[in-house]
Amino acid sequence: MGNRYTWRTSIVETLAILLGLVFLVPFYYVISNSLKPFAEILTNTSALPKVLMFDNYVNAFEKLNFLTVFKNSLIITIGSNIVLVIFCSMAAYMLVRTKKKISNIIFMTFVAAMIIPFQSLMIPLIKTAGNLGLLNSMWGLVFMYLGFGSGMTIFLYHGFIKGIPLELEEAAIIDGCTRFGVFWRIVFPLLKPITVTIVILNSLWIWNDFLLPSLVLQDPELRTIPLATFFFFGQYTKQWDLALAALVIGIIPLLIFFFTMQKHIIQGITSGSIK
Amino acid sequence: MNNESKLDTVKGAALTNQKSTKVSHSVSFLNKKKWKEAGLFTLFVGPVLLAFILIVLIPFFTGIYYAFTDWNGVTGSVKWVGLDNFKYLFTEDKQFQTSFILTTKYTVVAIILTNLIGFGLALLVAQKLKTKNVLRTVFFMPNLIGGLILGFIWQFIFVKGFASIGQLTGISVFELAWLGDAKTAFWGIVIVSVWQGAGYIMIIYIAALQNVPQELIEAARIDGANRFQVLRHITMPLVAPAVTICLFLTTASSFKVFDANLSLTNGGPFKSTEMLALNIYTEAFVNNRYGIGEAKALIFFIVVAAITVLQVTISKKKEVES
Repeated sequence: MGNRYTWRTSIVETLAILLGLVFLVPFYYVISNSLKPFAEILTNTSALPKVLMFDNYVNAFEKLNFLTVFKNSLIITIGSNIVLVIFCSMAAYMLVRTKKKISNIIFMTFVAAMIIPFQSLMIPLIKTAGNLGLLNSMWGLVFMYLGFGSGMTIFLYHGFIKGIPLELEEAAIIDGCTRFGVFWRIVFPLLKPITVTIVILNSLWIWNDFLLPSLVLQDPELRTIPLATFFFFGQYTKQWDLALAALVIGIIPLLIFFFTMQKHIIQGITSGSIK
Repeated sequence: MNNESKLDTVKGAALTNQKSTKVSHSVSFLNKKKWKEAGLFTLFVGPVLLAFILIVLIPFFTGIYYAFTDWNGVTGSVKWVGLDNFKYLFTEDKQFQTSFILTTKYTVVAIILTNLIGFGLALLVAQKLKTKNVLRTVFFMPNLIGGLILGFIWQFIFVKGFASIGQLTGISVFELAWLGDAKTAFWGIVIVSVWQGAGYIMIIYIAALQNVPQELIEAARIDGANRFQVLRHITMPLVAPAVTICLFLTTASSFKVFDANLSLTNGGPFKSTEMLALNIYTEAFVNNRYGIGEAKALIFFIVVAAITVLQVTISKKKEVES
């Protein structure tokens, strides 16, 4: 093995780079064609655009109502993350620290429910949500993400909190801190690493989710990015110039998020998957 | 009674007195503390438990009830029909059976390919390559983008991109009408999901590979083991826990595939690529047959739950043995 960069390594490296390029081919096709006029897409799909043309983007940006749609996605994702982090960390903390049968039962119920596929409860969910007045509202959707995300989030917090020593909390209580205060001042700051992981995993899921928002949000003004993309495609089927630009616009926010958070995302996935 | 003993009695009485006040005091204190604890417990656990019960548990259990009714989702009338829905699914609903078999086939193929390719990529970029960080990012990137948008991207690749590559190279595979034919459309969905999922699985395998002690591998190499033997007898057993996780993740996600299915083929051509999740969705929200949709969903849940539990148990056993 050794540390030297051998011939063998350079061959492997070349092959790996070629494979990486193959992986990127779909992105090449989408981006390069999004910069061409419609006729050129049809005749010269594989070639680079003759002239870079941004008209498709301007058009798609307006037709997608991108600013509104982006704002909706942002509100829903951030809102859901906040409630998930606050309420699940509190619940997981209490479930770990209260050594009672009930804690165990509640925790196991949350974990067991993780295997329920969304499809097997979406039909009555819409009815229940209608009765509760949660339909067609972003806050209703946020409340639903709190319910659906709670299993995984509590599971991750639970595992992490078990590793935090009690002494710190006891000392704080002797100093006159309330349990509520102990949690927010002492414990919660210690949860930062797992909170980052949780926020990333939940953000990727919620930002990209299509099915739930499509069932809950009927008003076009409330559409998220995946929803808007879906309806855009329905409306402009085969109008590839507009459609491709819309796709690129839709994935740009995520790519920016990824490149600023890359290190955390990789760590998050690694630690999030170790159960 | 002499003085001394009198004093003792007084002392004793005082002592018992003291004891009893202490006891009664601590009882009320305990009660108060208990109430306080219960209050705190509710304050901390209550909000998320409420959301969980309203959003997950109640719909789940009412869903089981609806599976035995003729509910159409629109009118208020719900009639109990016993096992009729299930009878219908197993005897008459050919599309459900087709979807079921198709989803199973798809899951098996997707699990194998995603894990093999994911593990292969991990082995590749776990080496001392100059471009390994860039490559990791490249392989992972498809994962950021949701299945729906990925499906649309690939729709373009299959329809226009492949045709164009076919024209340029003359390779017949690219000249097929990929999404227009049942067989190739199935493989189209497989390609998209493997392209997306392999990078995620790769990250987990990389983490596992990094935990394999280098000394072990070097020792084996010195003892004359070749690369393949090292992989087979040292690396593989040590990354077995990661295999369990990755199999679990890919099984669960493959069985539930919906977004890519919807945006890539929408079940077409002629419902030949309609997987279970899409089939349930169509039954409920397009055909308005909620009762039957719920019966399908119940079967779906039982299958997913059984597979995941079984798979985790088996892989856990394998881990211990190795």
